[in-house]
Amino acid sequence: MSENPKDAAVTVPAQSTGTVVTKADPAPGETLLKVTGLQKHFPIKKGLLQRQVGAVRAVDGLDFEVRAGETLGVVGESGCGKSTMGRLITRLLEPTAGKVEFEGKDITHLGVSGMRPLRRDVQMIFQDPYSSLNPRHTIGTIIGAPFKLQGVEPEGGIKKEVQRLLSVVGLNPEHYNRYPHEFSGGQRQRIGIARALALNPKLVVADEPVSALDVSIQAQVVNLLDDLQQELGLTYVIIAHDLSVVRHVSDRIAVMYLGKIVELADRDLLYKTPMHPYTKALMSAVPIPDPARKAAKSERILLKGDVPSPIAPPSGCRFHTRCWKATEICRTTEPPLLELRPGQQVACHHPENFADQAPQDTVLLTDAKEAAELVSEEALAQSAATSAAVAAEVGATEEPAKAATEAEPAEASGAAEAPATSEASATSEASATAEASGTSADEEPPAKEK
Amino acid sequence: MTELSKSGAAVGEPTGTSPAPTAFLEVRDLKVHFPTDDGLVKSVDGLSFQLEKGKTLGIVGESGSGKSVTSLGIMGLHTAGQYGRRKAQLSGEIWLDGTELLSADPDEVRKLRGRRMAMIFQDPLSALHPYYTIGQQIVEAYRIHHDVDKKTAKRRAVEMLDRVGIPQPDKRVDSYPHEFSGGMRQRAMIAMSLVNNPELLIADEPTTALDVTVQAQILDLIRDLQKEFGSAVIIITHDLGVVAELADDLLVMYGGRCVERGPAEKVFYEPRHPYTWGLLGSMPRLDRDQQERLIPVKGSPPSLINVPSGCAFNPRCPYADVPKDNVTRTVRPELTEVGSKHWAACHMSQEQRERIWTEEIAPKL
Amino acid sequence: MLAYLIRRLFAAAVMLVVIVMVVFSIFFLIPKWAGVDIATSFVGKQADPSSVKAVAEKLGLNDPIYAQVWEFFKGIFVGRTYSAGGDVTNCSAPCFGYSFRSEQAIWPVLTDRFPVTLGLALGAAVLWLIFGLAAGVLSALKRGTLWDRGAMVVALAGVSLPIYFTGLLSLAVFSYGLGWLDAQYVPLEDSFTGWLGGMILPWITLAFLYAAMYARITRATMMEILGEDYIRTARAKGLRESVVIRKHAMRSTMTPILTMLGMDLGALIGGAILTETTFSLPGLGQAVLNAIKNQDLPVILGVTLITSLAVLIANLVVDVLYAVIDPRVRLA
Repeated sequence: MSENPKDAAVTVPAQSTGTVVTKADPAPGETLLKVTGLQKHFPIKKGLLQRQVGAVRAVDGLDFEVRAGETLGVVGESGCGKSTMGRLITRLLEPTAGKVEFEGKDITHLGVSGMRPLRRDVQMIFQDPYSSLNPRHTIGTIIGAPFKLQGVEPEGGIKKEVQRLLSVVGLNPEHYNRYPHEFSGGQRQRIGIARALALNPKLVVADEPVSALDVSIQAQVVNLLDDLQQELGLTYVIIAHDLSVVRHVSDRIAVMYLGKIVELADRDLLYKTPMHPYTKALMSAVPIPDPARKAAKSERILLKGDVPSPIAPPSGCRFHTRCWKATEICRTTEPPLLELRPGQQVACHHPENFADQAPQDTVLLTDAKEAAELVSEEALAQSAATSAAVAAEVGATEEPAKAATEAEPAEASGAAEAPATSEASATSEASATAEASGTSADEEPPAKEK
Repeated sequence: MTELSKSGAAVGEPTGTSPAPTAFLEVRDLKVHFPTDDGLVKSVDGLSFQLEKGKTLGIVGESGSGKSVTSLGIMGLHTAGQYGRRKAQLSGEIWLDGTELLSADPDEVRKLRGRRMAMIFQDPLSALHPYYTIGQQIVEAYRIHHDVDKKTAKRRAVEMLDRVGIPQPDKRVDSYPHEFSGGMRQRAMIAMSLVNNPELLIADEPTTALDVTVQAQILDLIRDLQKEFGSAVIIITHDLGVVAELADDLLVMYGGRCVERGPAEKVFYEPRHPYTWGLLGSMPRLDRDQQERLIPVKGSPPSLINVPSGCAFNPRCPYADVPKDNVTRTVRPELTEVGSKHWAACHMSQEQRERIWTEEIAPKL
Repeated sequence: MLAYLIRRLFAAAVMLVVIVMVVFSIFFLIPKWAGVDIATSFVGKQADPSSVKAVAEKLGLNDPIYAQVWEFFKGIFVGRTYSAGGDVTNCSAPCFGYSFRSEQAIWPVLTDRFPVTLGLALGAAVLWLIFGLAAGVLSALKRGTLWDRGAMVVALAGVSLPIYFTGLLSLAVFSYGLGWLDAQYVPLEDSFTGWLGGMILPWITLAFLYAAMYARITRATMMEILGEDYIRTARAKGLRESVVIRKHAMRSTMTPILTMLGMDLGALIGGAILTETTFSLPGLGQAVLNAIKNQDLPVILGVTLITSLAVLIANLVVDVLYAVIDPRVRLA
């Protein structure tokens, strides 16, 4: 857990460009893993000749870094590419494009033998503790396998080391000779963790480490991961769909949608003031174990429909087909992942809780209006109000020159408030007709000029 | 093949002495045991509860706690789908609107299934037949209980698909399950289970296989539909968040038995069983400030063949030694009333539990 | 669905070309590379050198390979002539080769014998499907009972007893012993009842072996299907158990059965050698056996080709049926 993540966030990727591999552990906060432009497209082949007719763009351009000692959480819904990402950074999959650097060394295209020394430093924990352990091997063999594969003879012999690992993860060292089926799900996940820890790795990538476990067991494993990090100074990338678990374990969190990171921020910033509408919707969808909120349906943003297919992702911002704030620019221009606030990177033209990035574009898409029906008016009003307030603040304090931005976002958020003002409804009607009549909606900007 | 459908389970003797209940659904001392090579698996071992129309009961528990077995027992599905010599042993009473189901003729129970009581399953992809269109499956469900022609039934199917929010229902009705997304499939499943306006709907982990945003849609749908149809709903889940969203009453199961039961608010705010505390402490919560550490329940769920003697939870209970004379390990605690309509099965005294909850557990959550 | 059909037909056509080429290679190219004199093997070892030379010329063995392949293909579709000097042998389409030994084209031999084998295979298939499926389903539904165990013991016997044993036994009992059936093959054109009488024992013998296999597969598949979630859903709808079995479980059980059926039928048509020999049926299997004994290569070649075709067609039919049963297949 890095003590001062904000400091680290500002660092330019300078020290990571060197090609010399330093065997010494990187100091906490230094970049351990750096990913640039990472892509993985799975080709779809059809017909007799198996021609490629398209590709599942599972991961489609990721940039992020993992700092030594921290936990990076990765959340997203199924099909967002988070598991593929995990397999790419551990090099279980070959990237289509982009670069993965570990401790400054480019490992993107290392072969099997080139990866071998790295396999010690990067380990993976899998979701399913039932299928990831070979049922025919004793757990002694399973946990000892990494030593044999790497040709490492630990002090005091493999058996002793395996027993030490067993006790580290909270299992009885005497169970060395038992088989996986003799253990419960939670215990098997501990075995998987012990195996991952065997070679004293620097980076552990855990793909849904607790989602197959019962609630009470989940907590045991989460706590175990926590303890191990503190004792061994591990760095984690934890991939999960459960936002509460991710919040609990992570220092920073990346939110993925359709192969892209839409928001990457320090934990508290992300949960207190999410900027990407998708992040906001995702968090509001989590059921809260508090019956008093049963009636409070208004707090929830319901996204309509399903995640679009990663074979043909929507143009521009990939979330625009389900976003209640989407405007023309969202359909045409892909928003870059920008650090709008120290420690919070967002890819959005109209972020929540922050100044609008495309304030001139105020006309909502028809999709957005349908989506807005599913967003409670309170939520809309609240989001509009906070954006306006933040915009005012930003406009007033930091850039007084651009006073114009102050007014326009406020206006924009007024439009988002939908049926409140007649003016707003007029604009939305205009956009509706524009959408209905014109096939090329790109040519209709006059609606917002007043 | 008629003898097949009648080859039912060994039905326990209906007690006969107890009068028919007034509640819409009443389960009394339900036991579901499965003989296996390793011994008798006591999946449900004495469960009782009531449910009124228009109300929602949440059954919470971990895997193997018997929650799904309970729902299949109410539906009579242990008896229906059972071949071979080893049969599930059911005993107790299940009263649905004045009819006792366990002692009833299996064919009578079959006629109730799908019409008066319906069920939604966890994984809609495997729960829908891959070879038939969504429409064919809904039409089938409707025509079992309604003597109408296929056209009328199909109109009804389109209407139901529309009601559960499937776009272009008249087209999608001819789609196959694999052509639907996960959320759509669950909607179709809900449409199918509601096509006969059942008075009792059992949803077994209806959102576990779904993404969180889709889960929110489905929970919303279930809530709306319940308001509209006024049915009694049993929602079975391991997710306390989901039951808090929907349930009026809560039943916490552990090792095949109910350990705590009561109005949802009571169980969430004043839980009176250490296992419920454990569940609450185990889950990280988005609505609270970051907890430093989760408070897990130690150990693993019990084997249903060798359920620990005494209180089934005693090996995992941090307070197992609070009651005197080792009773937690020798005597099985019965449910006792700890508040209005609120019951818990624990050997600790009410005062002890109240103190532990308010002083030790609640502040850490 | 139509696109799927077209794709499958196209694939079958491609397969057909590939098969012909492979068969051609086996009979003409590989021996050539191996240094075996093909003409000799076509005439027979005791042939005199001049006739060997004539056959070599007739077959065009000295022509370039592509020309040989072309002639071979052409023969199948438009017929061909074998000529060496003034000696011309005509072989009209479809020409599957010419036996220079018996001085006859292969195709009429095949068409003579094919119906016998087809009748044997199809008749047996009907029998084994009825009994195999029924026994398998009943065993699955009454698992663990005496019926189940009994049926599975019989099935085990069926799988393990060889055809010539069961065949000869049935002949001994029903034909020679009880005298119920005449073990003589009568062509269908001559007398239907005679044909039926001659076929019943071969059918039963063959079906016994296959029914046993199908019963075991059906039982295993059925038991697995009955545990599926969608079967539970069907019950939860309130369907009668008999409908659940017939409409929901059987349809899923059919998929693996169909796959097996396609392969088995194809293989049987290629030559139920044991059955045909045991019952003296003049089918393809017997023809092959005789050809092998006499080293009559063209016949073996012809039968090989027709067998491949049969397998191909059987699989095509199965693929289509598969798509009818399982909508997911239509996409693939």
